[in-house]
Amino acid sequence: MNKLIKAFTKESAVVPFIAILLGLLLGAVIMLIGGYDPILAYKSLLEKVFGNPYDFGETLTAITPLIFTGLAVAFAFRTGLFNIGAEGQFIMGMTGATIIGVSVHLPWYIHAPLAVLVGAFFGGFWGMIAGYLKAARGVNEVITTIMLNWIALHLSNYIINDYLLEPGKGRSYMVDDSAAVTIGWLSRILDDARIHWGMFFAILAVIFYYVFLWKTKQGFELRVVGSNADAARYAGINVNKGIIKAMFISGTLAGLAGVFQVLGVFLNQAVSASPTGYGFDGIAVALLGGNTPIGVFLGAILFGTLSYGAAGMSFGADVPPEIIRIVIGSVIFFVAAPGIIRWFIKRTFGKKRKGEVI
Amino acid sequence: MDVATLGNMLNTAFVFSTALILAALGGIISERSGIVNIGLEGLMTAGAFAAAVSAFHAQEAGYGSASPWIGMFAGALFGVLFALIHAVATITFRADQVVSGIVINFIAAGSTLYLVKLLFEGAGETSLVDEVFHKVKIPFLSDIPIIGEGLFNSYPTTYLALILVGIVYYALYKTPFGLRLRSVGEHPSAADTVGIKVLRMRYTAVLLSGVLAGLGGATIAMTTTGTFSHNTISGQGFIALAAVIFGKWNPLGALGAALFFGFAQSINNVLQLFDFSSQIPSEFIYMLPYVLTILILVGAVGRSKAPSALGEPYFQGKR
Repeated sequence: MNKLIKAFTKESAVVPFIAILLGLLLGAVIMLIGGYDPILAYKSLLEKVFGNPYDFGETLTAITPLIFTGLAVAFAFRTGLFNIGAEGQFIMGMTGATIIGVSVHLPWYIHAPLAVLVGAFFGGFWGMIAGYLKAARGVNEVITTIMLNWIALHLSNYIINDYLLEPGKGRSYMVDDSAAVTIGWLSRILDDARIHWGMFFAILAVIFYYVFLWKTKQGFELRVVGSNADAARYAGINVNKGIIKAMFISGTLAGLAGVFQVLGVFLNQAVSASPTGYGFDGIAVALLGGNTPIGVFLGAILFGTLSYGAAGMSFGADVPPEIIRIVIGSVIFFVAAPGIIRWFIKRTFGKKRKGEVI
Repeated sequence: MDVATLGNMLNTAFVFSTALILAALGGIISERSGIVNIGLEGLMTAGAFAAAVSAFHAQEAGYGSASPWIGMFAGALFGVLFALIHAVATITFRADQVVSGIVINFIAAGSTLYLVKLLFEGAGETSLVDEVFHKVKIPFLSDIPIIGEGLFNSYPTTYLALILVGIVYYALYKTPFGLRLRSVGEHPSAADTVGIKVLRMRYTAVLLSGVLAGLGGATIAMTTTGTFSHNTISGQGFIALAAVIFGKWNPLGALGAALFFGFAQSINNVLQLFDFSSQIPSEFIYMLPYVLTILILVGAVGRSKAPSALGEPYFQGKR
């Protein structure tokens, strides 16, 4: 028994799986109370995701931006910063890619890379503003990133409305074919699901995240800043420079999510009245993954799969798809508070042997 | 700009600010006790949902003008319910407070929409409540120029929010309860030594923040919208959080910050009435409140000092 309980420390790899199981179980209970059939619902979810090539491909499309925004938030967390602004950086990334994709005409081998770079830089720049204000003026990054989200939303709407709008469409002109990063042959295999190079870049980003933070001096310094800024200062690390750098990289990652949504998925940018939600979902993904590279990667896969499959639940079992938000929320909850799982196990299995102490 | 416009602007500012003031007060109480509350958005969502649903049913049951008050009560109750999750997770199980707050936002958004679809046969929105709050003129005071129209012809919820600012301020700084609450947030082990029940104090604070943020969400449903849907609460909780930090964890500061946000919002509405606004793209007017906030933070406020023990779980017996 003690061994079993000891397995559920925060570092353990077992916790996430138990957490996912408990989360799904909780979702099932809520569905039962609501008068729905949870088994049919989860079956419909899986059928939606794995039922045919198109939906499987689209699930990959849904996962991709979550890997980027998840990494973005996690990167900032590792440096001791809370980047609520992945949303705004995502929007700026979209905008940068749209501007280049629509208004410049170049051969593909220059056009697409340029659009990606400009979009990534837009995102990075947007993150850097918050980093700079924190470093130079001590302004709390939580507030500035919240504000910058809204500024980004309205700024990008302005740019699209006034310069890039295709009349009567409520969106920008389509980006040139030369700027698109779609993978035609792979899309055709998957019944025209929107497959794009961003998916491979997302995997590269995971590797970058690991190598940079754990295998380079710069990354090490950023992690020291994150775990103890005072110690970092005594060790001669330039904390302020670190904060700005971290927010730039974080913003770049979030920006790339937006870039590939434009150049790989939508091929245009819509005028939007409210935030897209990818940035906020990135916070959830980072938390799911405990800010580790593999964790964020798997967290994005779980999040993307459940969210995409939720549509199937509502179609197949008539369950409101919002239930999946409750499931994801409770999974994060259990991951973050392994104490609850320990307590749960003690309650259920621990009574047989009295006098045991955790 | 004439006097009437200015009065109108002020009035709109108070309408926008009311929910922010209430939620920010909740945030202050929670954070002063050492518990980060990123979940304000979720607590407001819960409050707005409960208010819209119960006021609708109260109205159908013939409670008439008492319906919005019933809605407010339900909003506070639902706020407490979700705050309880936050309290159990962060205080008893010592979960990461930021994580727990994000989870509250997630679960509140998901479960309220789930319930709306369940209760209103698949609709994405609650049925419209006709019996919402109406503006109440306060005799004599409402005759004062500008302020009269601006403040003393407001929704009852606005008066409630302003009174609560006074109460929370008094409670925090002039009562033993407030001193204990603040000491728990600054130095919990010292507080424990002198016999203050740290965990119980923190529970009280987080639950109170649920009441206040729930009321904040409820005011939006009971004054401006009359319904609850996925975008009834869209970012107000985060703005309230900003007001907490902007106002340096002080009720009066947060009141100022919330009014500032409200005022910037109402400038939007007023500017659009003028001719010259057609030369300014409307997107820039929408941006204004957020840009101004950053500028003011950069220029005037600078470093804001959080309660010392904010975000740290408390272990009994820890030194």
